[in-house]
Amino acid sequence: MIEVLFYVFAAVALGGALGVVWAKSPVGSLLYMVATLASLACIFVLLEAHFLAAIQVIVYAGAIMVLFLFVIMLLNLGHDYQPDLKGGAFALLSFVIIGLMGGVLARQFGENAITEPTAGGRAIDAALAEHGAVGAIAQPLYTTYVVPFEITGILLLVAIVGALVLAKKSSL
Amino acid sequence: MINEALVLSSLLFVLGTFGVLVRRNAIIMFLCIELQLNAVNLAFIAFSRLMGIDGQVFVFFVMTVAAAEAAVGLAIIISVFRHYETVNVDNLKLLRW
Repeated sequence: MIEVLFYVFAAVALGGALGVVWAKSPVGSLLYMVATLASLACIFVLLEAHFLAAIQVIVYAGAIMVLFLFVIMLLNLGHDYQPDLKGGAFALLSFVIIGLMGGVLARQFGENAITEPTAGGRAIDAALAEHGAVGAIAQPLYTTYVVPFEITGILLLVAIVGALVLAKKSSL
Repeated sequence: MINEALVLSSLLFVLGTFGVLVRRNAIIMFLCIELQLNAVNLAFIAFSRLMGIDGQVFVFFVMTVAAAEAAVGLAIIISVFRHYETVNVDNLKLLRW
């Protein structure tokens, strides 16, 4: 059952990704991206990352995609239907590059197949049973990774100030 | 399911790379970068089934950085659009050889 669900969501994610690359209008691209993000959130649930699935829907599909949509509407690009795929030698070179990347990744994963259940999976299941979906990720986040967590706060502050300065109407 | 998730992650990453290489619209190139970040997130979560919960913590950080990057990148696109009235990257050739 879980395998069937995984393949359904994987098919939706891949179809959405193809749509992102080949859709003519930016808004179409964006909606395909939302489909991809939602089905990736479902796959996160199947892989026992419940909190991250919720964050994926709220932050990615909710906040970041709406930000993209706002910018597309602000710049009035919604009816921009000219094909903008690069052609000729550059497209051929791109196919060669992604062929090489895909080949290397497929070879890597083909040689190192993982058989479940694993030690990490059992540890996560125990943490989920003990602390719940949020507590299992909060425990390492606020103990082992507390310094990176604080630095993340500073990063967000810098990003807010930077975005304001860059998008402000009067030039510096 | 770990292997299948890793294969899906590599396919999504390759598709995102292809999008960045062949599209000319800056916003869609940016969307494809988000697609690559999501593929890496999926790989992190698949490997967290192997190595323990730390992978999920890294996904949390990746999402934060992606949000910051989206805000700053879109602000840059807006200010580029104010100068050139377009987001087509072929028109931005001031510093290109």
